[in-house]
Amino acid sequence: MTDTAGSAGTAGAPRSPSLIDGGWRRMIRDRPLIPLVILLVVLVAVLELAKPGTVNGNWAATTIRTAIPLAILAACQTLTMLTGGIDLSVGAVASMAAFLMATQATAQGPVVALVIAFAAAAIAGVVNGVGIGVFKVHPLIMTLGMSLVVLGLMSVYQLVMVQSGILIPDAIQWLGSGISLGFVPNSIVVFVPLGILIVIGLRRSGFGRLLFAVGDNSVAARLAGTRVWQVLLALYILSAMLAAVAGILIAGLLNNATVSLVEQSVLPSVAAAVIGGTSIMGGRGGYSGTIVGALILTILTTLLTVLEMPEAVRQVLFGAIIVAVAAAYTRVTGET
Amino acid sequence: MSAATSPIGKNGGGLAETVVAWARRNIWTIGLVGLLVAFLAITKLIQPNYGAPAIQGLAISILPIAFAAVAQAIVVISGGIDLSVGSVMALASVTSAVLMKDQGDLFGVAVVLGVLLLGLTVGAINGGLIVATKVPDIVVTLAMSFVWAGAALLILNTPGGGAAPWLMAIISGPLGSEWLPKALIVLAVIVAVVWLPLRRSTLGLTLYAVGSSPLAAFRSGVAVGPTKIVAYALTGFFAALGGLALTASGGVGAPVPGSYTLQSVAAIVLGGVSLAGGRGGVLGPIIAVIVLALVRTDLTFLGVDPNLSTAIQGAILIGVVMFGSVVAMRKVRA
Repeated sequence: MTDTAGSAGTAGAPRSPSLIDGGWRRMIRDRPLIPLVILLVVLVAVLELAKPGTVNGNWAATTIRTAIPLAILAACQTLTMLTGGIDLSVGAVASMAAFLMATQATAQGPVVALVIAFAAAAIAGVVNGVGIGVFKVHPLIMTLGMSLVVLGLMSVYQLVMVQSGILIPDAIQWLGSGISLGFVPNSIVVFVPLGILIVIGLRRSGFGRLLFAVGDNSVAARLAGTRVWQVLLALYILSAMLAAVAGILIAGLLNNATVSLVEQSVLPSVAAAVIGGTSIMGGRGGYSGTIVGALILTILTTLLTVLEMPEAVRQVLFGAIIVAVAAAYTRVTGET
Repeated sequence: MSAATSPIGKNGGGLAETVVAWARRNIWTIGLVGLLVAFLAITKLIQPNYGAPAIQGLAISILPIAFAAVAQAIVVISGGIDLSVGSVMALASVTSAVLMKDQGDLFGVAVVLGVLLLGLTVGAINGGLIVATKVPDIVVTLAMSFVWAGAALLILNTPGGGAAPWLMAIISGPLGSEWLPKALIVLAVIVAVVWLPLRRSTLGLTLYAVGSSPLAAFRSGVAVGPTKIVAYALTGFFAALGGLALTASGGVGAPVPGSYTLQSVAAIVLGGVSLAGGRGGVLGPIIAVIVLALVRTDLTFLGVDPNLSTAIQGAILIGVVMFGSVVAMRKVRA
């Protein structure tokens, strides 16, 4: 999936065993999609075995409907991780967008509300981008700090706006939670163009290649004439906008908006990107794997609910699976 | 650095030069102490009643975060990061609270020792996984934070259990002068007994060595893997202390991790520990924790919304890191 950039980044690694048993390893490294889809199918089969009759059209629609916002949040992680960064402010930014949209919609109407929500997200993205790109703050710290700032400001805003109440516009509800024809979630309308744009954009566009270049070796990228800070600034603005889209979809799905609506999806979004084969060290990965990763996590959650596991066991298993999958990748690709 | 012009400072300018060199090395910590004094003065100005009882309350409330900061500092110095500190604290807190409820004092002591052992084990598991799988620390500890938080929830679903009376007594109230809270003494003694000898030992040196350059450490004959595991085990140990402090200060076990991981990272960054590893100590982070707590106190006194003070804390964190990186960049240019 990461045709040129991915293999170019690992070709020189002396540790990857070449030629002898390198065939299947190379397949998993360059096309992690195949084993991931197999894992997905196995999970679906297990789910059907655990509770026969679960898997049907409606199930597929609700699963995809839940997975789409997660996949968009995981896009933020995938893109930032490609440059060796991470965006832990997606939860706060997404919640902010959803809450601004819901509170402003009562007085201003849905269109203005959406504009306000996206503008606020863009500001958060600019601050992240300037901090990381210009001031060279570690992305983990910058985005963690940013999530504190956003959460605090929104809590204050919540007290100011306590009178207005929240309103999720009908169109957003339709988009977030509606299912057409019995098996097509409406949020597909947003996700399919977005997904195609990201997958193609990463492979074909100049910006996509710059992300890989910066993540592979930012010094080399700079010496080759890349203005790294501009790439990072654009990247973190993009990440915040994507987070806003996800937050608004989740608000539509749950027909609710709070200042910490999306906070619990932050760690799963990182997990989806990691499971999808994107390296947190930068330079390797892609978005199609991440989409499958988000589906896998969603189905896994369903499976554990069907098996009537308590929330605590679910958390433990989630964590264990992430470590196991990440370990398998590192073993196969021979990266450190 | 310009100090390199007189590499043999011992017979150079004598005492004055040694002091200057020491100050130059510890400039960040000295600055923090200044900041602490400034904030204490500001607090006194805003709230003239601010006195010994308030200091005692402050000492108790910062104890868990201070241990978390020490835990985080050790692992970051050795070149890693532990995002599961908060979860390990929750695990230690519920384990101690469940076991200690309605039991005798002696059993309580056994529980405390057991929980510390648990912390060491949990930390060693984190470190072992990182070394064995070669997966980046952020991913492993993020994932393990789920695991330990889940385990804490399995042990205790809602806040409950109890703390041994002696454990609560050990951190509440003053010792000797009313200006000397017991919680602060406990913190100082534990850090002095565990960390200071360690830092002076070969193990301490290897922790810093592995943090500043794993490759150079490896080529100098340091066993990098085991050193990392030890660093994570120590982090688990101090996180367990933080959990015990939670139980002791609240009287019950709390199964939800809260924002301790975040606060510990904030504290070490403010405390002058380089995220790149190999630089910093544990004193800076502890002072940073106190400064951050004072900022919160002042904002409360000023009638600022507590939610806004969360935002201000985040802004301070970002501001300090930016300042630090600007200083570093200028140094490179000079």
